[in-house]
Amino acid sequence: MNALDIRGLTLRLPATARPVLDGVDLTVGAGETVALVGESGSGKTLTSRSALGLRPAGSTADGSVRVAGTEVLGAGPAVLRALRSRTAAMIYQDPRAATNPLRRIGDFLTESVLLTGALDRAAADRRAAELLDAVGLDASVLDRYPGQVSGGMLQRVVIAAALMGDPALLLADEPTTALDVTTQAEVVALLDGLRRRYGTGLLFVTHDLGLAAAISDRVYVMYAGRIAETAPAAALFDRPRHPYTAALLAATPRIDAPAGRLAAIEGQPPDLRAELTGCPFAARCPLADDRCRTEAPRPRPAPGAADHLTACHHAERLEGSAANV
Amino acid sequence: MSAVLTRRPVLSRLRAGRAPLQAVCLAVVALVVLAAVLAPWLAPADPNAVDLGSALAGPGAGHPLGVDAAGRDTLARLLIGARTSLLGPLGVVVFSTVGGIAVGAAAAWRGGWLDSLLSRSTELVFAFPGMLLAVLVVAVAGEGLLAPVVALAVAYLPYVSRLTRALVLTERERPYVAAHRVQGQSAAQILLRHVLPNIAPVVLAQSAVNFGYALMDLAGLSFLGLGVPALTPDWGRMVFDGQSAVQHGYPLSAVLPCVAIVLTVVAFNVVGERWADHVSGRNR
Amino acid sequence: MSETPAGAAVLEVSGLCRSFGPVTAVDRVGFSLPAGGSLGIVGESGSGKTTTARIVVGLDRADAGTVTVRGRERTAAVRGRAARLARAREVQMVFQDPYLSLDPRIGVGAALRETLRLHFPGRDHEGRVRELLDQVGLGTRAADALPRQLSGGQRQRVAIARALAVEPAVVVLDEAVAALDVSVQAQVLNLLADIRAETGIGYLFITHDLGVVRCVTDQVVVMRSGRIVESGPTATVLADPRHAYTRLLLESVPHRGWDPERIAAARRAL
Repeated sequence: MNALDIRGLTLRLPATARPVLDGVDLTVGAGETVALVGESGSGKTLTSRSALGLRPAGSTADGSVRVAGTEVLGAGPAVLRALRSRTAAMIYQDPRAATNPLRRIGDFLTESVLLTGALDRAAADRRAAELLDAVGLDASVLDRYPGQVSGGMLQRVVIAAALMGDPALLLADEPTTALDVTTQAEVVALLDGLRRRYGTGLLFVTHDLGLAAAISDRVYVMYAGRIAETAPAAALFDRPRHPYTAALLAATPRIDAPAGRLAAIEGQPPDLRAELTGCPFAARCPLADDRCRTEAPRPRPAPGAADHLTACHHAERLEGSAANV
Repeated sequence: MSAVLTRRPVLSRLRAGRAPLQAVCLAVVALVVLAAVLAPWLAPADPNAVDLGSALAGPGAGHPLGVDAAGRDTLARLLIGARTSLLGPLGVVVFSTVGGIAVGAAAAWRGGWLDSLLSRSTELVFAFPGMLLAVLVVAVAGEGLLAPVVALAVAYLPYVSRLTRALVLTERERPYVAAHRVQGQSAAQILLRHVLPNIAPVVLAQSAVNFGYALMDLAGLSFLGLGVPALTPDWGRMVFDGQSAVQHGYPLSAVLPCVAIVLTVVAFNVVGERWADHVSGRNR
Repeated sequence: MSETPAGAAVLEVSGLCRSFGPVTAVDRVGFSLPAGGSLGIVGESGSGKTTTARIVVGLDRADAGTVTVRGRERTAAVRGRAARLARAREVQMVFQDPYLSLDPRIGVGAALRETLRLHFPGRDHEGRVRELLDQVGLGTRAADALPRQLSGGQRQRVAIARALAVEPAVVVLDEAVAALDVSVQAQVLNLLADIRAETGIGYLFITHDLGVVRCVTDQVVVMRSGRIVESGPTATVLADPRHAYTRLLLESVPHRGWDPERIAAARRAL
């Protein structure tokens, strides 16, 4: 059973001309690390939040979102409470915003499982101690307040708190963006170790292609509310078949590239207030023709690779252009 | 933005959460202001013309809202009285706003000993009841609107200066202030051109709330017979004049100005609070 | 624009120290930026890179040490309008968050005109505003827009235009592209490279991103806990780091075959 199974998720907001999410298909297998890459406004955060049954006020959703086999779309409050306290957990970008500065870290860890009655006091304390050890902190932080520990330590606490209910699915929304690069490595190493140890499916939402390549088994690239391309990490970065993926790779400043101008993508992502006909990337794409502007491309598999899907009419023309990460 | 207006306990329970209340209050404010401005043309009679024959008459053809014990038309006195009743609070609000912004901005921007000095002295004023101050000043200065207005302006200044100080302290940490310093602007230029215009809406909302309170305080003073000269039509004065008629079983000439005062105070309170909510929501 | 002969240092920083209570934020920091050059300061949070930048632009004062631009010392407190404006024409700054560093009430054109009136009273401001907007790749229509009506990338272009309006010798860019999306970031980095080539303005680039450093700087200074641990030409430092901390920073950048476990161990060992 997959940890997360999203099928044809379409999300509409009031006063927008096009859906903010348009037919998103995404799966995270048990114990698998999947990266969801996109720029701001691409819909990557909306997609990950939908797995917790969190939707913007006034939105309407179609499709299906299943977490460990349970349908989340349209589920009642009792199902959602059970889902959020046990089956799925989320780690946010800013650990300071995710913790209450006036509550001890120990209380923060055990609060959710105690409130829902998932564990009793003694079991909750045991689990908290075990997880703190797993994230490399000693039990002395239990009595401290969030303001008394560093950002990196607090993010470990938040990760430990997310694992308290032994979730099948862990959603990490830019969990390392607010951290220093060396701390980022630690947090990533930690997440990876915990995923292996507890068999948790991990959906890692990020804007950083390099990070996605480094840590994930499979990658989804989102653009304007649609999945542009999905493939195993190595295939996606070696042989991108979507012009947007290729352009994003070329636009990323890298330490091993020669100094000088970057291959910038001109223009802006499409506005939510404007209707979209055809491919959302057409206006910025060097390969775009009349067909791209009128007919939205459906995801198609690459020859001989059923798990490499690309929503582009001209995917074949990108074959052979390689980008290394 | 930390836009916490200072409101009195009872009125602060009134929250303009629902749109109709907000609309009604806005309409009341507009109506009262309009009535005050157009009073000389709207008033059916001279507010001081005495018609003893129809004293204590109920509403009728010649006098839509009746006649008070001294034989004066109640509607005319209400309308003309709106001018005095609004002009006083306006003076209080203008003085206290200008003074409060100056004091609060100087304290927050300069900091150090100036901040301590200004904050302590305004707190001292805050601790002293405004009404008592006004009564003292009127007792010394004698009859007239100016003395109570100035006294209340001083009493209301801390409301504005405390809010301004808090807002300026938050605002000066924003990167745009640093950006303008790097650009070579002087502290005064940044304060006047950028910081004050950005906090002005919230401060003005506090002043709108203050307007209602000042109206209530001034009406209270006139009711005590302080401030407004005896013959000047004024809502507080009208309540005072009407109380003997209440004992004769004629409440109309005292109740109507009371209603006018309460409605106006509540309306300004709600409008000011809603305005503050609106602008602080927009800024974030 | 530059009164400094090519090759000579336009910005000289030496022996800079700054403490906040018991914490030494900047400890004997020194570097020099050649005219028309681009120098990166790299470090993590707490490395002192931001404090150094704030001292250079004059938003903070050093306990000891000197900052010299075009041979003029700018460490002492400034007095008077003329001195203040002269300081501003030495060093300008572009901040990380382009939304917060613009006055939300003031339109793009008005913000630029305000700066121009301050520094160049009596010149043709309308023409210069058009020129500046054109230089940063914004249409003339953007002049009427308020900051909130612009995208992040467009706002940062406005902030760059405002810095250029003063015609400074040096621009300090404090994480100026960190908040931007990759595709927009590339546009802004290219723009910055073009502006430097056209005008010969010197850049002091404060960043945590080594990829950005590689892309836009000639020289780099690596800071840790308030001190400089390594400095030199960017290509050399990135290709052949001498200090263990620089190596750790480089290895921390995610790439294929990345081993976060090993980096975490190296970090603890350092």
